Amino acid sequence: MSTTTAAHHDDHGHDSHGHPTGIMRWVKSTNHKDIGTMYLWFSFTMFLFAGAMAMGIRAELFQPGLQFVQPETFNQLTTLHGLIMIFGAIMPAFVGFANWQVPLMIGAPDMAFPRLNNMSFWLLIPAAILLVASIFVPGGAVAGGWTMYPPLSVQAGMSMDMSIFALHILGVSSIVGSINIITTIFNMRAPGMTLMKMPMFVWTWLITAYLLIAAMPVLAGALTMLITDRHFGTTFFNAAGGGDPVLFQHVFWFFGHPEVYIMILPAFGILSTIIPTFARKPLFGYASMVYATAAIAVLSFVVWAHHMFTTGMPVAGQLFFMYSTMLISVPTGVKVFNWLATMWKGSMTFETPMLFSIAVVFLFTIGGLTGLVCAILPVDIQLQDTYYVVAHFHYVLFSGAAMSIMGGVYYWLPKWTGHMYDETLGKWHFWTTTIAFNVTFFPMHFTGLAGMPRRIPDYSQQFAEFNMISSLGAFALGISQLLFLYVVIKCIRGGEKATSQVWEGAHGLEWTVASPAPFHTFETPPQVK
Amino acid sequence: MSQSTKNYYLPGPSFWPLIASISLFLLAGGFTMVLNKISMGTPLMIAGAVSLAYLLFGWFKEVIGESVSKFYNKQVDLSFRWGMGWFIFSEVMFFFGFFGALFYARNVSVPWLSDAKLLWPNFVAGWPTSGPGITEAFTAMGPWGLPAINTLLLLTSGVTLTWAHWGLMKDKRTQLKIGLALTILLGAIFLYLQMHEYAEAGFTIKTGIYGATFYMLTGFHGLHVTMGAIMLSIILFRVMKGHFNSHDHFGFEAVAWYWHFVDVVWLFLFIFVYWL
Repeated sequence: MSTTTAAHHDDHGHDSHGHPTGIMRWVKSTNHKDIGTMYLWFSFTMFLFAGAMAMGIRAELFQPGLQFVQPETFNQLTTLHGLIMIFGAIMPAFVGFANWQVPLMIGAPDMAFPRLNNMSFWLLIPAAILLVASIFVPGGAVAGGWTMYPPLSVQAGMSMDMSIFALHILGVSSIVGSINIITTIFNMRAPGMTLMKMPMFVWTWLITAYLLIAAMPVLAGALTMLITDRHFGTTFFNAAGGGDPVLFQHVFWFFGHPEVYIMILPAFGILSTIIPTFARKPLFGYASMVYATAAIAVLSFVVWAHHMFTTGMPVAGQLFFMYSTMLISVPTGVKVFNWLATMWKGSMTFETPMLFSIAVVFLFTIGGLTGLVCAILPVDIQLQDTYYVVAHFHYVLFSGAAMSIMGGVYYWLPKWTGHMYDETLGKWHFWTTTIAFNVTFFPMHFTGLAGMPRRIPDYSQQFAEFNMISSLGAFALGISQLLFLYVVIKCIRGGEKATSQVWEGAHGLEWTVASPAPFHTFETPPQVK
Repeated sequence: MSQSTKNYYLPGPSFWPLIASISLFLLAGGFTMVLNKISMGTPLMIAGAVSLAYLLFGWFKEVIGESVSKFYNKQVDLSFRWGMGWFIFSEVMFFFGFFGALFYARNVSVPWLSDAKLLWPNFVAGWPTSGPGITEAFTAMGPWGLPAINTLLLLTSGVTLTWAHWGLMKDKRTQLKIGLALTILLGAIFLYLQMHEYAEAGFTIKTGIYGATFYMLTGFHGLHVTMGAIMLSIILFRVMKGHFNSHDHFGFEAVAWYWHFVDVVWLFLFIFVYWL
């Protein structure tokens, strides 16, 4: 094999000549751009799949009573929707961005370990197959919620094993991918690209990668204990043997809360890239942005038990986690104010990526503030497991993470495809998504405060109007995403030629290469002043 | 290949990632079936293990080939260092999860079970314990028999490995070979004694939280020692073939880092699992 790779090595510096074409181009790829593309398509496929499950959930909740699915199926829908959206849609989308953009932004010829990079992607496929196939095994798909709390998860059927192994494989993929990103950022930067000159997106991904290598192995440990409790007679989560079901919650959320920031920090990076471009001003407070990101990452490891305020923790513990959680709003506030200050007196234009970014700043702040409400211990005891929490985390995960991803796709699509997307349709996608999203999730604040519990297929009559509104919004939100698919495909197939610069106010190395970006870029490192 | 030592080496298209994906799919799918008593599981797992072994052998052979052919410049060498360092950090976090479970059981869940008199009014907290619901008698593992010998073995193996490294640095190949062989031998004796300890142990993995944490921690550590010993053997084999010299031997160093990491984990095990 070493001779064949040596032969290929000689081809570098020409174009893609000598590289396999057709399916093998993708299967055997060691090119960060192709791998990034695969990540993004995988993510979008999973987004539609898990979105379809959300449609099922909202169809069932359209009216009180049981209409379409049995409670067991409903539980499977909510569980798989959560698992697939988190691990299949949002995380891979950000890795796709990292693959495409990090080498371009730092002037590197590729990722540090191109083969491992492709392995990280191809490990997603067996994990997705295991998760999706679990729908068809006896007992149905995993139904204990994406958090997989014991004792339910210890008693569940074969689909639980499949989900656990799927998450193990996703963990390997994430850890390998993160090591790759860390190594690339530290070791592959172009001469002159000092750490404090790196684009914010690179900084946020560097810190995200650290969260991943610290948190994913702990999840692997929790899942391993779950497997041995299920099949080998250990009693980690069984009080009869001296264990404790709450132990799982501690270990899980030690992973789970950093995981939340794994899904939002790259989004912050995308916002910090888009907003200066369309405000035509440099990012306000670059250094404070870097330190705020690092502060959020450190704090994310000492707040986990705010997910567990109702499990019977000692009061001292509850108070600690309440205050540490509230502390996170300080660095997050720094970021929000920096984005506002960047826009202040800027000469702004409102192309689709900018519209998405402004909407994210606004809606994510709502999600952040409801997060603060949930952090207040006495209030949270009321709100635990109500639709208020569902509203909160969809405001941070959909209008925070997912809408940043959409904004980022519009922003870099011309660089990836060489064509401008259809601005009119892009704006239609933005407005339908934003309005439908709010119609779907804003009423959940009210139903939640009124006490409607989550993960239940039926509800009391008093919640009927709000649920009907939510469901109508959800269907509109679902259909809007098909428009997104159409815009992306239309852009790939043709459209106005994009210039290298693409956006008037864009800065950075990725805008110095042609659009579409050539197969190989920066084989000779550029000089950064 | 003067070009390649100037530029960062970028490998050409490779099948290994797909083989990795298929191997793990077979292993995970097969293991799921084995756990749920579906007879197809065992052959699938074997197929997965074989293809994983083929993958590791083939992929590392390719990388070693590239290294020996001098495709890697200093920057690539540094990439490997960053990669290995943070891989070991992720391993540290994996063990951190299990140690966390041990501390939680000893300091939180067992005392709580004793304080709450509702379910098991007669249960008194203590360590080691198999919990209130498992009443079979068991004998715990003391620290000063085999575990203390094992500690000495692993600490000595760290010394012999460093001695081998000195041999490599001073181009004393015999010292290098002897040091490596001694390290592998000490690792193998450690593993043999560990298996002996398991066979003689007065409790099983089902002996409540004590048995669960004991076997989980020592078991995963043993697995890592096994991996480390295999890696050291490959390094010894490569030394025999004349690989490595005093200024270019990251393969050796990476395995040495890993071996020292396993060594440190054992010290924590000895203190918190066997001793205190």
